[in-house]
Amino acid sequence: MPTTIVLNGESRAMTDGQTVAELLRELGLDPRQVAVERNREIVPRAQHGETVLADGDQLEVVTFVGGG
Amino acid sequence: MTNTNTNDPSEDTWELAGRTLRSRLIVGTGKYADGPETKACLAASGAEIVTVALRRVDLKAKDNLLSWIDRERYTLLPNTAGCYTAEDAIRTLRLARELGIADLVKLEVIGDPKTLLPDNEETLEAAKILIDEGFVVLPYCTDDPIVCRKLQDLGCAAVMPLAAPIGSGLGIRNPHNLALIIEQATVPVIVDAGVGTASDAAVAMELGCQGVLMNTAIAHAKRPVQMAEAMRLGILAGRQAFLAGRMPRRMHAHASSPTIGLIE
Repeated sequence: MPTTIVLNGESRAMTDGQTVAELLRELGLDPRQVAVERNREIVPRAQHGETVLADGDQLEVVTFVGGG
Repeated sequence: MTNTNTNDPSEDTWELAGRTLRSRLIVGTGKYADGPETKACLAASGAEIVTVALRRVDLKAKDNLLSWIDRERYTLLPNTAGCYTAEDAIRTLRLARELGIADLVKLEVIGDPKTLLPDNEETLEAAKILIDEGFVVLPYCTDDPIVCRKLQDLGCAAVMPLAAPIGSGLGIRNPHNLALIIEQATVPVIVDAGVGTASDAAVAMELGCQGVLMNTAIAHAKRPVQMAEAMRLGILAGRQAFLAGRMPRRMHAHASSPTIGLIE
């Protein structure tokens, strides 16, 4: 059964056993410039490498943008 | 004796949550044409603190805002723009903290999409929790002396009453309320939102505010970099006028030239 997560509101097929760190690398994102929330819980940067994504996980990957 | 003290503006610092600041202008980073314009406006404004928002990453975006902001020079002040509940604001700022900010945060909980006026009740609730979690909270609120007093009593590091609705450029709508807020303040009062041009910033400073936070007034000027400079000067002029102490208002004229010795 394929693993599917919801990344910033959109479904995304995943490789089994993929970690947060691997996902960010695949997306071309610098882990120092994003914050990650998994199922509404923050995944601290130090745990990106050991956090394995599971089917149905809801992920928010955010960064700073211009604002007032 | 004549007081020749020139009050060198570079000596006129202020304290915000243990930081000593020279600039009394805090600027936003939204609504600029591009990164280079953002960078140029921040530099022209002389600001030491700049606000940023937190959003989902845009995977198609070519550059990141942060590449245009020198983190050595500017302290980032993340906001909670777009949050309508205390819960959303807290969630946003926890994520901002994960992005490696200092501890300063701008709390804004909006109550209505048309006016973007703050929901003071939700703001107070969020402030309480965020302060407990160690954040240094700068709350955006209405120009209501009672809510400002409650926010400072909770332990907020400043209060940031609006001059007028966000992005409206209507200027200081209620100087009397701001004067009352300043009179009772035990923390810095920073006017946040509604400033339209340099004279508005000067008025805020003449009232005795410690600083002004603005974004649209600079970003949506015809020439944003020039307006950023104008705002810097307006803040300085207003602050100097406040320190100098304005003359009393008079009902009638009072001649500036001698009334004796006129030729006949």
